[in-house]
Amino acid sequence: MRVRIALTVNDEAREALAPVHKTLLEVLREDLGLTGTKHGCELGECGTCTVLVDGEPVLSCLVLPVEVEGRRITTVEGMAEGGRLHPLQQAFAELGAAQCGYCTPGILLTATALLAEHPSPTRREVKEALAGNLCRCTGYTKILDAVELAALRMGNRESRA
Amino acid sequence: MSKNDFAVIGQPLPKIDAWAKVVGETKYADDLFLPRMAYGRLLRSAHAHARIRSIDTTRARALPGVYAVVTGADLPRVKFGILPVSQDEEALCNDKVRMVGDPIAAVAAVDEETAERACRLIDVDYEPLPALMSIFDSLAHPEVRIHDYGDGPNVHKNVALQFGNVEGAFERADLVREDVFFFEGNNHLPMEQHAAVAQWGADGKVTLWSSTQTPHYVHRLLAKTLDVPAAHVRVVATPVGGGFGGKTDPFAHEIVACQLSKLTGRPVKIALTREEVFYTHRGRHPVLMWIKTGFTKQGDITGCHLRTWLDGGAYGSYGVASTFYTGVINPVTYKIPVYKFEGARIFTNKPPCGPKRGHGTPQPRFALECQLDKAAEQLGLDPAAMRRRIVAEPFTKTANHLTVTTIGLGECIDKVVEASGWRDKRARFGVTAKRPRPASPRKRGVGMACSAYLTGAGTAIYWNDMPHSGVIARADRSGGVAVLCGATDIGQGSDSVLAYVTAEVLGIDPKDVHVHPADTSLTPVDLGSYSSRVTLMCGMAAIQAAERLRAAIFTAVAKKLEVSPASLVARDRKVGVPDDWDKAVPFARAVELGEALHGVLAFPGSYAPPKRAGKFKGGGVGPSPCYSYSACVVELSVDEQTGQVDLEDVWIAHDVGRALNPLLVEGQVEGSVYMGIGEALMEEQVFRKNLHKHPSMLDYKSPTTLETPEIHTILVETDDPEGPFGAKEAGQGPLLPVIPAIANAIHHALGIRIDEVPITPDKVLKALEDKRLGRPGRVGPQKLPLLTFKEPLVVESAFGQPADAIVTRPFSS
Repeated sequence: MRVRIALTVNDEAREALAPVHKTLLEVLREDLGLTGTKHGCELGECGTCTVLVDGEPVLSCLVLPVEVEGRRITTVEGMAEGGRLHPLQQAFAELGAAQCGYCTPGILLTATALLAEHPSPTRREVKEALAGNLCRCTGYTKILDAVELAALRMGNRESRA
Repeated sequence: MSKNDFAVIGQPLPKIDAWAKVVGETKYADDLFLPRMAYGRLLRSAHAHARIRSIDTTRARALPGVYAVVTGADLPRVKFGILPVSQDEEALCNDKVRMVGDPIAAVAAVDEETAERACRLIDVDYEPLPALMSIFDSLAHPEVRIHDYGDGPNVHKNVALQFGNVEGAFERADLVREDVFFFEGNNHLPMEQHAAVAQWGADGKVTLWSSTQTPHYVHRLLAKTLDVPAAHVRVVATPVGGGFGGKTDPFAHEIVACQLSKLTGRPVKIALTREEVFYTHRGRHPVLMWIKTGFTKQGDITGCHLRTWLDGGAYGSYGVASTFYTGVINPVTYKIPVYKFEGARIFTNKPPCGPKRGHGTPQPRFALECQLDKAAEQLGLDPAAMRRRIVAEPFTKTANHLTVTTIGLGECIDKVVEASGWRDKRARFGVTAKRPRPASPRKRGVGMACSAYLTGAGTAIYWNDMPHSGVIARADRSGGVAVLCGATDIGQGSDSVLAYVTAEVLGIDPKDVHVHPADTSLTPVDLGSYSSRVTLMCGMAAIQAAERLRAAIFTAVAKKLEVSPASLVARDRKVGVPDDWDKAVPFARAVELGEALHGVLAFPGSYAPPKRAGKFKGGGVGPSPCYSYSACVVELSVDEQTGQVDLEDVWIAHDVGRALNPLLVEGQVEGSVYMGIGEALMEEQVFRKNLHKHPSMLDYKSPTTLETPEIHTILVETDDPEGPFGAKEAGQGPLLPVIPAIANAIHHALGIRIDEVPITPDKVLKALEDKRLGRPGRVGPQKLPLLTFKEPLVVESAFGQPADAIVTRPFSS
């Protein structure tokens, strides 16, 4: 049975007509054209499909759209503001933290949630926050470095402001 | 040339595709949605070994939303496989299935769910056959045949090569060790599941977009399996979301998507589930190994004899090459004057194994490096110093006729010994430590191992005299340069390397270079992203193309400035005479001058490796333009009560020839170390009741951020004459030493030997228990298969002979 789904994605009101059992991951990718969100298992195991719901990291393959109607959904496409990259995106590009890039959107969003809560996390805290996001290319090293660099830059920017 | 002479090479620049990847713009195969697109699913075998009596698709066809159903009867009756000698796969099985997961039929439907439901409505009548699930099963039951070809009942390949008199070498030795090891199979586990979209046009031409590492080979095999002229097939490799060797074969879903598109008149997408990826496999071969090596008191090797038994799974895949690779690369690392290798690949009713990062070489590397550690202990030598002493000589040949150029291994060993505090920790930690051991159940240890790996296979998969890699560089009047190359970026950064070397030669910014990769209709052939060949081969081709373009531009600018072309340089987006730089012409203007003089400025570059294959059967596997080297020290702690191994730090030094971009090279090294850790401690592709024991990312354990230690990467540069700007490979070699270094560190910590991977806590506890009971504290294989190897092909050892001069390569002028 198809139902009308109304979602707020990246501060835009979006609508789709989709079977009620279709996951948020599928609706984002297939009905809303937001293919920046990837899938690695579709069973909630790899973290690749992570999006933010009201700022909290959520595995979009385990969520039904009806559960998140009226809540604020952020995908990787919503991270840059007005053409300016989020400091995490900038740091990931500069430091080579994205190799194949497939796990990158999910990791960026998980890290966004971490830095919102802990603006200057220790390396251990970054590791713990990202423990649910698998990456097969990088050995995580450059990812951890990039999160730390972004945190540093964001901290500097705030302290200047 | 020193580093300072380069503008782009050696700089830690972002990858050219990094920006698209961090904003989610990159379109992987499953991100393609075409108008009217149908969704395909494959029906896969539920039996490990069975005859197919009949297939009835009536009920599936009747399901609303189904556009087409196909079986093997709808496809040309032709077998395929990546290697010309192993054409043993069918896109859809006709008479027989050889493993759970073998594709039998396929459906195209309005959506994936309908396609899946239709697959369940296909009735297959199977006649089950005995399933052979191990090397021992397959050899014990010659009356059950998985294939009717090969080197014996269920033996896919049986090889034996001997270089010099090994028995004589053992007689001369002060110590001869025989050891047995086992390396379990494992999966690549790329984050992106395989996906492909096919569009069969009304003009009778077909385009396939696929997450493949080898579009050229897919192109050739689509033509064969679909019975369509190759000239009417176009394969585009989409950016690959992780390959590691798992996307180097042509696959059933690629062929079937094309056929379904032809039948439905719609684009068709087939995206595999994670479970299907585990069954599609082509991952690390499980290998049993017996290795016998003679040593002098000083630690020199007098000779080595290696036997390997590979569990190949149900199909050939790259298996013939994998079999040779278990034998041919070890001699590249150390002085091994005489060498004998016997290997056999056995068919079993499991998903086929193939190439995974290191292709066939991590297994014998594990065996050799653990054995060296044991020998050093017996001889009372420091394992690092012993290895340092026996490092092979640069610019010589190995016993098995491989030509080695630069070797930075000695420096690599020195650097990791220094950085890790090796000597101090060897003395301070471990069972033999002089000081009282800590009372805590956690015991620390450090271990070391080294390795070497090829920088590109010296021969193509099908024998031919054409380039292995080609590039077209086309200058635009805007000052931009388009680079067309068949290379496939799988995350390693091949697109970026093409931009860097082109920009370096032409004196422009990498951002001015527009890379168009991996489209068989547009780009010159590159054989694919495998065997660590891309940076070297595409890099050399790109340099040649860019140099030809530069020469054309220089003749035009020289005319204009009334100077000789030889006096010109290209840098900072200008072309001019260094001493008269004010008159230098902007690059865009230089292109206009060039185009006015010559017409369109488009130049090809071609590369083929030097022809150095040994003049004996089997000599084609192993030669490479040059070899990378790595040395690794691991520090870890093991809990004696739980058997849990925790890695603390990994130091790795890698001889990369020259780091074209140190950031990317470090990324390759770190990723290799990480993947080695997974294989050493947890990853295993194993089966229970003919089924994969854990075909999911939760149950198939792989390291997370928490299991991955700090990785300290040291790059060593040797400026190899064979590589582009001196570069060698970085993407595979650094995986190899990590696994034996971990095993050796565990021995240092606890005095136990775990002679098989993965080294799981139960094995550690078992070895500790045995040790407590006064038995050898060892866990490892207890028996070897009964299989008669071929009479060896005896060839004289070429050990120590000088390398052939850096010969003129094909296409180099």
